[in-house]
Amino acid sequence: MSRRPYVRPVARATWYMRQPRYRIYMLREVNCILVAFYCALMLAALAALASGQPGRWNEFLSGQQHTAWMVFHAFSLVYFFVFQTMAWFQLAPKAMPLQVGETLVPAAAIVAAHYLAWIVLTLIVFWLTGVF
Amino acid sequence: MTTRQIELEVMRYDPEQDEAPRFQHYSVPCQNDWAILDALNYVKENIDTTLSYRWSCHMMVCGSCGMMVNGEPSLTCKTFIRDLPDRVRVEPLANFPIERDLVVVLDDVMEKLQRAQPYVIRKDAPPAATDEYQQSPSVLKKFKQYTMCINCMACYAACPQYALDKEFIGPAVLALAHRYNLDSRDQGREQRLDILADHDGVWNCSFVGACSEVCPKHVDPAAAIQQMKLEGSIEWLKRKLHPGGRS
Amino acid sequence: MAIAKKALVWGLFAAGGTLSSFLFPALIALFLLISSGHVPDGLAYDAARQMAASWLGKVVLFGILFLSLWHAAHRLRVVFHDFGVRADGVIATTLYLLAALASVLTAALLLMI
Repeated sequence: MSRRPYVRPVARATWYMRQPRYRIYMLREVNCILVAFYCALMLAALAALASGQPGRWNEFLSGQQHTAWMVFHAFSLVYFFVFQTMAWFQLAPKAMPLQVGETLVPAAAIVAAHYLAWIVLTLIVFWLTGVF
Repeated sequence: MTTRQIELEVMRYDPEQDEAPRFQHYSVPCQNDWAILDALNYVKENIDTTLSYRWSCHMMVCGSCGMMVNGEPSLTCKTFIRDLPDRVRVEPLANFPIERDLVVVLDDVMEKLQRAQPYVIRKDAPPAATDEYQQSPSVLKKFKQYTMCINCMACYAACPQYALDKEFIGPAVLALAHRYNLDSRDQGREQRLDILADHDGVWNCSFVGACSEVCPKHVDPAAAIQQMKLEGSIEWLKRKLHPGGRS
Repeated sequence: MAIAKKALVWGLFAAGGTLSSFLFPALIALFLLISSGHVPDGLAYDAARQMAASWLGKVVLFGILFLSLWHAAHRLRVVFHDFGVRADGVIATTLYLLAALASVLTAALLLMI
């Protein structure tokens, strides 16, 4: 009897379209483009700040005051929060299981602790930057 | 008992005759409590005796009957007709070469299983013949879920990283290595570093998480891998801070 | 047996991911505020420069940018791989180099303040 195993071709560029879980994974992963973009934006702000000229800093700030930027930031905020923050927090219990005696600390508790810390940190950032 | 007519589209492949796999249609009258495996058995017994597929226990403990059911890696003995639409596509487990019909070649994973060194490794002498390893329930709890793997390889069928790179050791093998690293009787963590040292070990995983979603025994290999990544990172740092020191 | 350098790469990626998950929503919200015309007092020129002038401020700002850049670089590398692009060596080198350069730029700018 002859063996002739058949290797099915892999759709290297489109495999993620085949199932909802893969599509969500890709949406999650590409948020790194947003991270890179905001790093670039912060670098631009830093350059303006480091120039020593208040005019350049104010130019940067007023340059941001455009409807297009507002829409972009609003979209980024939602997208990033859902596909990075929420996703990361949801996966955190998997990387650090906590066991007390015979019971595992429920994942929901670990996730809740993350959200709590996130709220506190956000409030600190807002307070430091004079939002309130 | 009422029956439901299920239209099966089953992938066939005869290595002695076919150039490529093809689909064959079978119409099967199914009882309400049947699993897809029962439908396949009906086909083999009543319609087409040439259909080849693996199965054994019919109770989700042997891991033999893994196949793709409507594109989802599943145990066919655990996938019930009542949860499926009238048209069901059955294909061999993804990411493995097809031997014949629904039978896949599992050699790659069989070889990789050995790399996990899936046995208790001791540095000290084991307890004397009259003595025993002591393991309390809380100590057992640490690694129990990772012992539940039945080697059905559904996780490999679900893993896109394995699909893109067959060098990747893969979810089940990594979970198995983790199972032994967590076992209090085991002292072989150093020997199993091969899995942390190589690029085709844990680092190839990008936490898609599909493996854990499809696992019929809720082993959660994705969690095992993330824990090993974290351990590996911390271990790397420790070694840099204490070169030559033992952890 | 040595643990692969990938352990370091992943470790920094994980640190950057954790940091950005916690911090970036607030940062993006600040940009949103600015773009809608409400510049918070703490981001006026003098206040901002004061924050960046302190050593703590410099360390924190550098940490945020360095880890986030690293995180984005590594993740983008994986994204290319996931899209089936096979030039991993070239892509990895390019992305990590860009992140390194941007980090150096960050440090240089911070030291100017």
